[in-house]
Amino acid sequence: MVAPAALRVVRCGGSKLHGARAVFSADARYLLCTSGDFVKMYSVGTEETVCMLQGHADLVTGIQLNPQNHLQLYSSSLDGTIKLWDFTDGILIKTFIVGYKLLALYALANCEDSVFAVIPKSGERDSFQLVSVKLTKTAGQEMEAKELSVILDGVDESPKHTAFGREGEYVASVKEVNLQVYFFKRKQMNRFSLSATNTKGGNNRFTCVACHPKEDCIATGHGDGKIRLWRNFCHNKEYTFSTLHWHHDIVMDLAFSVEGTSLLSGGIESVLVQWHNGSDCKKDFLPRLGSAIEYISVSSDGTSYCTSHTDNSRDVKTGLVVDPRTKALVLNGEPGHLQFYCLQSDKQLYSLDIVQQEYIHQAGLNQLDLVKVAFSAQGKWLATVEEREETDLELQLKLWVFDEETQSFKLNTRINMPHEDHITAMCFRDRDEFEDDSPMLVTAGKDCLFKAWVIVEDTDPEAQQSVSWSCDFVGSYHNYQATNCCFSEDGSLLAVSFEETITVWDSVTWDLKCTFCHPPGKIRNICFGRLTCSKYLIGATDHGFLCCWNLLSCALEWSAQLNVLVLQPDPLSEHIAAVSWLSKDSSLFVFKPNKPRPICIQRNLCKEKIQFAAFVPRDIPETIVSEKYLWLRRSQLYFLTNTQELMTFSTKSPEERLTPSSKQLAVEESLPMTPFSLLLGKHRQQSQEDVDLGKVVIHNHHNQDSPAVKELLHTPAHVLPSASFLCPIFINSLLTSKESKSAEEIADEVEMESEEAEDDSDEERDIIEMEQDDLRPMDFLGETTCRLSKSQEKELRKIRKMDYSWISSF
Amino acid sequence: MGEFEVHRVRFFSYVPAGVRCLAYHRRTDRLALARTDGAVEVYNFAANYFQEKAIPGHEARTVEALCWAAGDRLFGAGLGGDISEYDLERLRVKRSVDGFGGPIWSMAANAGGTRLAIGCEDGSVKLFHVVPDGVQFERNLDRQQGRVLCLSWHPSETHIAAGSVDLLRVLDVGSGRTVQRIMVNYHVQKSKKRECVVWSVAFLSSGTVVSSDSFGRLQFWDWERGTLLESHTVSTSAVLSLAVSEKEDSIVVGTSAGATYQFQLLPVKMGSQDKHWVRTKPFQHHTHDVRAVAHSPTALISGGLDAQLVIRPLMEKMQKKGYEAVLRKFTFPHRRLVSSARKARLLLFQFSQHLELWKLGSTDESGKDGEVLPVCRAPEHLVQLKSKGPEHIYCSCVSPCGSWIAYSTASRFHLYRAQYEGDGVSIKKVANVPKLLLPAYQLQCSADSGSLFVASDQGSVHVLQLLEPGGCKHLHTLRPPSGTLEAVYLLASSADGNWLAAASGDWEIHIYSLKRFKHHCTVPMYSCAVTALAIHPVTNNLVIAYSDQQLFEFSIPEKQYTAWSRTVQNSGLHRAWLERDSPITHIAFNPKNPSHILLHDVYMFCVLDKSLPLPDDSASLMNQSALKQLPETARKRQLHAFKICKKFQPLLFADLLDENCLVMVERPIMDIKTQLPPPIQQKKFGT
Repeated sequence: MVAPAALRVVRCGGSKLHGARAVFSADARYLLCTSGDFVKMYSVGTEETVCMLQGHADLVTGIQLNPQNHLQLYSSSLDGTIKLWDFTDGILIKTFIVGYKLLALYALANCEDSVFAVIPKSGERDSFQLVSVKLTKTAGQEMEAKELSVILDGVDESPKHTAFGREGEYVASVKEVNLQVYFFKRKQMNRFSLSATNTKGGNNRFTCVACHPKEDCIATGHGDGKIRLWRNFCHNKEYTFSTLHWHHDIVMDLAFSVEGTSLLSGGIESVLVQWHNGSDCKKDFLPRLGSAIEYISVSSDGTSYCTSHTDNSRDVKTGLVVDPRTKALVLNGEPGHLQFYCLQSDKQLYSLDIVQQEYIHQAGLNQLDLVKVAFSAQGKWLATVEEREETDLELQLKLWVFDEETQSFKLNTRINMPHEDHITAMCFRDRDEFEDDSPMLVTAGKDCLFKAWVIVEDTDPEAQQSVSWSCDFVGSYHNYQATNCCFSEDGSLLAVSFEETITVWDSVTWDLKCTFCHPPGKIRNICFGRLTCSKYLIGATDHGFLCCWNLLSCALEWSAQLNVLVLQPDPLSEHIAAVSWLSKDSSLFVFKPNKPRPICIQRNLCKEKIQFAAFVPRDIPETIVSEKYLWLRRSQLYFLTNTQELMTFSTKSPEERLTPSSKQLAVEESLPMTPFSLLLGKHRQQSQEDVDLGKVVIHNHHNQDSPAVKELLHTPAHVLPSASFLCPIFINSLLTSKESKSAEEIADEVEMESEEAEDDSDEERDIIEMEQDDLRPMDFLGETTCRLSKSQEKELRKIRKMDYSWISSF
Repeated sequence: MGEFEVHRVRFFSYVPAGVRCLAYHRRTDRLALARTDGAVEVYNFAANYFQEKAIPGHEARTVEALCWAAGDRLFGAGLGGDISEYDLERLRVKRSVDGFGGPIWSMAANAGGTRLAIGCEDGSVKLFHVVPDGVQFERNLDRQQGRVLCLSWHPSETHIAAGSVDLLRVLDVGSGRTVQRIMVNYHVQKSKKRECVVWSVAFLSSGTVVSSDSFGRLQFWDWERGTLLESHTVSTSAVLSLAVSEKEDSIVVGTSAGATYQFQLLPVKMGSQDKHWVRTKPFQHHTHDVRAVAHSPTALISGGLDAQLVIRPLMEKMQKKGYEAVLRKFTFPHRRLVSSARKARLLLFQFSQHLELWKLGSTDESGKDGEVLPVCRAPEHLVQLKSKGPEHIYCSCVSPCGSWIAYSTASRFHLYRAQYEGDGVSIKKVANVPKLLLPAYQLQCSADSGSLFVASDQGSVHVLQLLEPGGCKHLHTLRPPSGTLEAVYLLASSADGNWLAAASGDWEIHIYSLKRFKHHCTVPMYSCAVTALAIHPVTNNLVIAYSDQQLFEFSIPEKQYTAWSRTVQNSGLHRAWLERDSPITHIAFNPKNPSHILLHDVYMFCVLDKSLPLPDDSASLMNQSALKQLPETARKRQLHAFKICKKFQPLLFADLLDENCLVMVERPIMDIKTQLPPPIQQKKFGT
């Protein structure tokens, strides 16, 4: 549609989700999380990403619902701005420029025009202060918010170290072993401090703080796993605290339930503990949450709790691998698990437990870690390598077969210590026709060997499986460490790099065919060319050269000076992507092996080093006009930076990318959520029948109409659709409907003539009613309807009508 | 400090009895404590928590409840079914009255201290009037099934709350009727229903009844409506005891897991009247059941079956941090249980109902400082003397030559003559001991083993002459000129046999001349309890240790404090010395080195060298290890009078046998723990 189609780098996932506590929307249907520079909104019901708020130029450090309007969200960022969003529509309403790095954000219900933020103290390093930021209420998109007043000095930068108490009466802040409480009304400051270590050698350092929503009670978490509940802290002397102790290591976060009857705590044991009534004896556990809990948040209706974990900041060691079956990206997930990440929906499809050992957090305890993953071409076989570094290395190679019945992978073979040292590379023979009868796996290790593994028939009649894997061939070259391995496209040749040398082997006879090298650099990456370029072998050295050898002539075809970090061939085309690192930023070069000239160069990709890249085949080849970007037609390139941000390329404009999610939101909105609304749907049907029978007509209508008008008046003006659109709804809501028509007739008519005013009002009323049950103002509908074209609108309505009749049948 | 050959004795298998109940008396700042063997002790908090009185137990007289009433009279009741009044001057039961309701499980005095209520096995609650000569039965209140395990008076004295199994009752004192019955296990699921024992109850002036039960709950009830106000699950095991502060804003509870907790009444919101009880501080000082707790205005007091008395001061009630706010733990009595025969190298151990006579081992090798020498002759258990009758032993002693052993119970005085033939020993009871005023509170033999001094009540000391080959004669009774009601509890005789010093319960020390059997003089009164006394063998100076850790030296011939004592008082003792929390229980001297005084308490042994300067507060008191590192010249400058050794702990007895031979009797806490029943199994993290 849009002609210029400049290639843009788009972040599509990854990055820390735990920059700040997640926030539930007021109705607890959406969860807002910070994700790098963005704020992501997830649907609690479906776990889908609903929309993404982008606009900050640096890490988002805090998000808070606007206490005055629960459909708005404040977000603060290191770029020194506070932004006010309408998160349901993903619209940026206002930007307040503060001018300082904002490290945490707090909003209070009783402070209408100001929010609180933690900013660095000017002139001092590592010293932070809590300030209140006055947000002026003038019109305009961008405005300065320079009216700051310091509330507390010497606070900690972490958002967990400061909390506001009941009705904003006081603020509690902890740092090291000191707790300070400031009472706003009395302007009184109380300080309490603990000794750095207690008698039993525990670490008394404060790690987090939370305030009771209804009572004067402060909960603090400590480095030794204790939770202290402070009371009576308005007296400097007669303060008192009680201690809850279950966690054995740092308490990472604390949260009170809405009414304050229970306290949630999470530590690095990855167990969520719920303490009832501040008692040591009554507690509930939610164990095995995967990894350390970073933040806990509670929805305002008390039905859901959210724990943010540190696990998505884990090192991705396996690299990015694409599952040929689901086209999902496969990488490290929870400790010892593989996650299958769906790129389209930015969602984890499922998690495969590879290590099959319970993850125990303990300082100094090395866990088995997943380091290598490989799929066979059709995704039938999965090979994983896990290792644990204790005094001596513990290695395990596992081969998993895809079970069609359970639709998941089943462990087939487990090989202990496949190599004596770390496995550096692993690949399957990608020959499709051999997939069923003779798949082959090659592993290269630092013990100077590479090994080929093949399937053998199991002769043992008691064995559960008929086939298992065993070693077929062990190769080495001059006692050099094997660093990479790679099969040619037809599977006949295997290239294994040994430090400076690439060796090419015949995969059937295991003869060493030829060797290549480009001294003095050691080989960093190798890959074979594909399709028309299958006679080429590409290698990158750590000396800053990219070389292409012709396998037929066994000669160097061309070489280019390029410090290549990642070399990734596209499985569906001849294209090879190379990501280089030049002192400060990464650049992408896409080329075909037969020509030394790159097809596409994309400089300044990002400021971080790129660790891994992967081509993900597209379901439908995209229509790309520009010849320059033709390589993106059949598959899409994703890459992961060392800050765990997943990026990709897009030729589309940002608006285009956003539309699907908005659509989705609108559909979701009309879905009934609870059994309660189902019940009410029934009730509505009954009342409609009453209308048919001509009973209590007027009464009924007043009941239904008044909320519609009310909603109209209460919805913020900026989210309302145009007046011309609203007018007929409003007018129609005042009219009495025709009593002679039966419900069925109405439904028929709706389907036939969707433009009819009668139907319009009817439908509107239904939705408004439903919204009223949930006690939330409704505004999505207007907005989306406004943006959609007439035909789309019609379609949507049809969907809604269908939905409605389906509910009524209950 | 000098080098000694030390007999490190660990074969005194003394096990203190567990604490059964506590009663704190606010006005006199004293704590009465009853142990499971029936012994009653009184601790004086004002006198640095000194165990002022100790009444030994009685086999048939267990004490289940203690209370102070009618001023400072102490009453006890137990499973024997009697209410006894204790005579705190003569340290014995003054009189007993049968409750006629079977074993008595609980007793409570009203706020005025004029009436006692007892809860009996048969389910009855009986009221007694406290009259000048004991107690008088007043009336029976409503009787119901189930033993009454705990009682509490409403401060207005109109109602009594009584707890029994599964049930809590409120009785009207005027009518004697049960006005409220509360089933405490009502909220427990049917399937889990088991007996719920209400172990302790307290009636607050607001009309709230606080109960603690075997389900580990502390519950607050509105007695008029019989409704549950608050319930706190404190522990998975039973909550055995509870005590309320006088202001009713703090409660201390003790559980069978050995933990104690404090509950405080705190406002829910700042400035609001709405208050609720919050569990605040947990303390784990005991390993076994905490059977008794008490709440003084400034401290939480708990006593457990592990025989420990723990006094935990409340920080917020203290004016300043420091010595006052330090946790105190008492396990051992503040009295001597061991006596030694220096010449014969014998030790006599006193247990509650028997005595053991041991011969110390010996070695023929010598070694360097800190070396353990091999024993060529192992210590030998010579005799075990069992006391007859149900009464426990008050005191015992062995003469320096080892041939006389004496002990006394509440009603009998026994004297034995021991004869040693080779390795064997024969014991013969001395018949016809003179009829004395019993019991004897302290026994002491003269240095030449020729006479025995028997401390008796009303400040008197009897002098008995020990006659060979096995007889005795009452020579004289020494009485203070002023006359007192208090019993003598400490004796010290001079080595030359001329002088005898006696300290009585009113903290007066009288010195008698044994030559003329006459009162010689009185040591000026000091406002603290005497914890140890001894007369120097050479100078005849009386060394006195007080419970506030002060030391005095009094010259008997000159009838005045010595110059050294005056300098000590002028310059003051080292702060670290004054802040020790256990009293000096024994003083000895080194005849070879007259300037040395040997002192010990439970945690240290000290050689006090009068010839050296006293340390000031800036110097370290415990500098022995530091001194060892220093070169000779520097060491001289650092030397001070107190040479302290903490190697032997807990130390029950230390004495000098001869010039360079010490005996140290230790009783490791771990050894006691192994003799106790196993505590409640608790999962400990990491095990």
